[in-house]
Amino acid sequence: MNAYHSLCLEIAVLIPICGALWIRRLGDTESAQRWSIAIAAGALAAVVLGWIGFVLDSSGNTNAQWSLLGAVAGRHYLSFDSLNVPLLLLVALIYLATIVTTPRTKARRFSFTWTLIAESIALATFSCRDAWLLIVLLTVAVYPPYRELRSRNQSTRVYAIHMIGFVGLLIAGQAMLEAEFAFIDGSSWKALPLLLAILVRSGVAPFHTWVPDLFQRAAFGTALTHVLPMAGVYAAVRLLLPSATAEAIQAIDILSLLTAVYAAGMALVQTDVRRFFSYQFLSQSSLVMVGIGIDDSLGVAGGLAVWLSVGLALAGFGLTLRSVEARCGRLPLDKYHGLYEQLPTLAVFFLLTGLASIGFPGTFGFIGVEMLIGAAVLDSPWIGLAIVCAAAINGVSLMRAYLSLFTGTRHTGTVALRMLPAERIAVLALAALIIGGGLFPQPAIESRYDAAEELRASRIGNVSQTAP
Amino acid sequence: MTVERLIFGLGLMVIGAPAALMALLGLAAVLGRALAERTVARAVQTAIVVGLTSSVAILILMLVVGRRSVPIDLGHLVSVPHFHFDVKLLFDHLSVPFVILTFVLCGTVSAFAGRYMHREPGFNRFFGLFSVFLVGMLLTSLAGTIGILFAGWELVGLSSALLVGFFHERPMPVRNALRVWTIYRASDAALLIAAILLHQFSGHGDFTQMLGSGAWPEGSALLTHWEAFVVGLLFLIAAAGKSALVPFSGWLPRAMEGPTPSSAIFYGALSVHLGAYLLLRVGPILELSVWLCAIVIALGLITAVFAAIAGHAQTDIKSALAFASLAQVGLIVAEIGAGLRYVALIHILGHACLRTLQFLRAPTLLHDYHRLENAVGRHLPRLPVSWEQHLSPSLRLRLYRFALNRGYFDDFLFRYVARPIQGFFRWCNNLELRWTAWLSGTPAHDAHTTKATSIELDEAA
Repeated sequence: MNAYHSLCLEIAVLIPICGALWIRRLGDTESAQRWSIAIAAGALAAVVLGWIGFVLDSSGNTNAQWSLLGAVAGRHYLSFDSLNVPLLLLVALIYLATIVTTPRTKARRFSFTWTLIAESIALATFSCRDAWLLIVLLTVAVYPPYRELRSRNQSTRVYAIHMIGFVGLLIAGQAMLEAEFAFIDGSSWKALPLLLAILVRSGVAPFHTWVPDLFQRAAFGTALTHVLPMAGVYAAVRLLLPSATAEAIQAIDILSLLTAVYAAGMALVQTDVRRFFSYQFLSQSSLVMVGIGIDDSLGVAGGLAVWLSVGLALAGFGLTLRSVEARCGRLPLDKYHGLYEQLPTLAVFFLLTGLASIGFPGTFGFIGVEMLIGAAVLDSPWIGLAIVCAAAINGVSLMRAYLSLFTGTRHTGTVALRMLPAERIAVLALAALIIGGGLFPQPAIESRYDAAEELRASRIGNVSQTAP
Repeated sequence: MTVERLIFGLGLMVIGAPAALMALLGLAAVLGRALAERTVARAVQTAIVVGLTSSVAILILMLVVGRRSVPIDLGHLVSVPHFHFDVKLLFDHLSVPFVILTFVLCGTVSAFAGRYMHREPGFNRFFGLFSVFLVGMLLTSLAGTIGILFAGWELVGLSSALLVGFFHERPMPVRNALRVWTIYRASDAALLIAAILLHQFSGHGDFTQMLGSGAWPEGSALLTHWEAFVVGLLFLIAAAGKSALVPFSGWLPRAMEGPTPSSAIFYGALSVHLGAYLLLRVGPILELSVWLCAIVIALGLITAVFAAIAGHAQTDIKSALAFASLAQVGLIVAEIGAGLRYVALIHILGHACLRTLQFLRAPTLLHDYHRLENAVGRHLPRLPVSWEQHLSPSLRLRLYRFALNRGYFDDFLFRYVARPIQGFFRWCNNLELRWTAWLSGTPAHDAHTTKATSIELDEAA
């Protein structure tokens, strides 16, 4: 099996897209959801198989692998490496959990076909290392949320303006990096369009307003699957970091740090639950960018670990919020709703996943945040201080949201709001990963450290090659 | 079996039994299974008895063998180049008495709570949070590394805030829980920064290496005066938040919204002393800077005086007891600043036991009075004229207002810290909403333009 891990990856990408074509033919929403669950589970199984093969394959030679694209195009476009292995698992898991927890009431308005297509694109994106193919995939990935906004008769302008800017800057940036322009001296300016593209896609302030807007207008599930894997950060790692100058990385660091604190503060004053979630996400994802920008393996490893932990925790947190919303509608956070007695298990999951996202002890995020802060303090004490402040404010806004939704009054309703088995299984699985990762973090952290070392080695190699 | 291995095994049981309890109750909550009251009570008793017996056995072994400090290394939670997170417990003259105190008081309070909370809808939730608190207390007390101490510190904060909001069908406990949590988060942030700076300055995260080779209370930190001052000040802020020292005292009476057993264990006995415990643990750092010691003494005395004044104006027994506790905690902190570490430790042990008893008797205070009066056969004598009678009426009135408003500390923090921050972000939010409305060509979402929300307005009132 270890000779076929690239093939497994290709199958994981193909399963959802072929499944989407099949589901399109089904008229019944219930059977579409059942098939979608099976297809997303198949994709996850293929990623897991590929991961096992990758771990067992000690040669590390991708070209020795047999793959469909390798046979047809003569090149391995999709492959595992130390960076993307857990990220691919995360992507597959987020899609599966989102599909599983889609309630019947929402299933009619939630497009399983486009969700599966988006999953295919996301899996391909996170397994791609070729710059131009990655740009194509990042461009294509913009479409499913756009289509959904249109189908829901929502304004697409905020999303479209940002995404057009992103795609344009991405293409221009890569072209400028590769071309030799006589009138531009210094690689800092050359990297500027690419840097801006990544800031837009990652939702770094002041280019972040499309994220809360998308969460307000699109289906919660679509917004979650589009932003949670953090494709912008992946683009930064693959496209920008290998050749970025110190100034470009410093710019990312400063802006991401400001975003982390700013978005944490913004989450504190939100009265709409989706906007609250989007700012929590922006704050946490900015910490990933901060880590990746630190000029030290420990900081990069911390950033990569936070990437995983935040992805997992916010997936659970978002799905919990989505389940609450499916039962009670969009609940404002300026009132108490007292849902605890009706939804005790969801309340526990809400708190657990929320705390995990801010790196609470005993959860997977704890060690990642510790590493990140440790490395940041070495880099500059102010960075460490800002990260700690962001985490503290996020903790307060999280508790405020919990208390507002689940306590403060007695909820009176005649309809039973209990968790469905599918929801329980999905959130339990995520909770098990969050707690398990917190109690036994060594394998995950070790793999993130190795990935960080590789990233830094490739960056140092590239920078020394380009140096005069 | 060597003594070392015996202590190692016992040490595991000290922390393992409460951790198993927390896992059991946590799993039941996650799976949505409500355990029977009797099962919960037995599980709690078993965990506490096992932990208490093991910790007493460790104390006896340490006395017999003549060891003043026994570190137990449970290995690395994570180890990569340039970073490792060790799980290390430290049994010494400071931690062992505190652990035994924790088990004794938690055992007493859990036995009381088993009856007090009988048929309460949140019975399982109470004991679930109680177990989180117990584990947090033990981790903080036994921490051999600053990372473990921080983990325990956070667990105590979480369980404490959630227990303040235990009666969560009413808005007031919930609001108070959020206030408590906010102060705790600020204190956690200070502790985390202190921990990281200490790690950077000394190059170690391990207490035995950071604070010199001598067992507690000896030892000298390997820091310069300036480093000690900065780190010590951060530890003091963390301790002030956790122990409700001035200017963070406002949360302590708010915390009395929780059930009486949790008030007893948190704000009468253990949690309120945790800040003092932290200062005792990092004592070698404090003594490197005279200025820092002076600040610690001043803060302790100011808190004690404030709590004594504020306590006089309280009209309910739990708030009066809370301020009485705070006055003693202030004195304990002053003792620590003066370098009287054993005195401070003994003060903590005695005060915690007395205050727990008072808190647990608080619900039956009138009944106790009636019994006493019936026994004596007349009204109990009034208290003698106190010192405030000698003050001028205007000063008395000012002091009364000061006490009634609890030193205006809450007002100060709300008006000059929380409100400007919230106001700034509300302004930013409205700006963003207008910007996205303009971009999308739709009117701004009136529902989401943020003014002070109804929850916050109530709180401000």
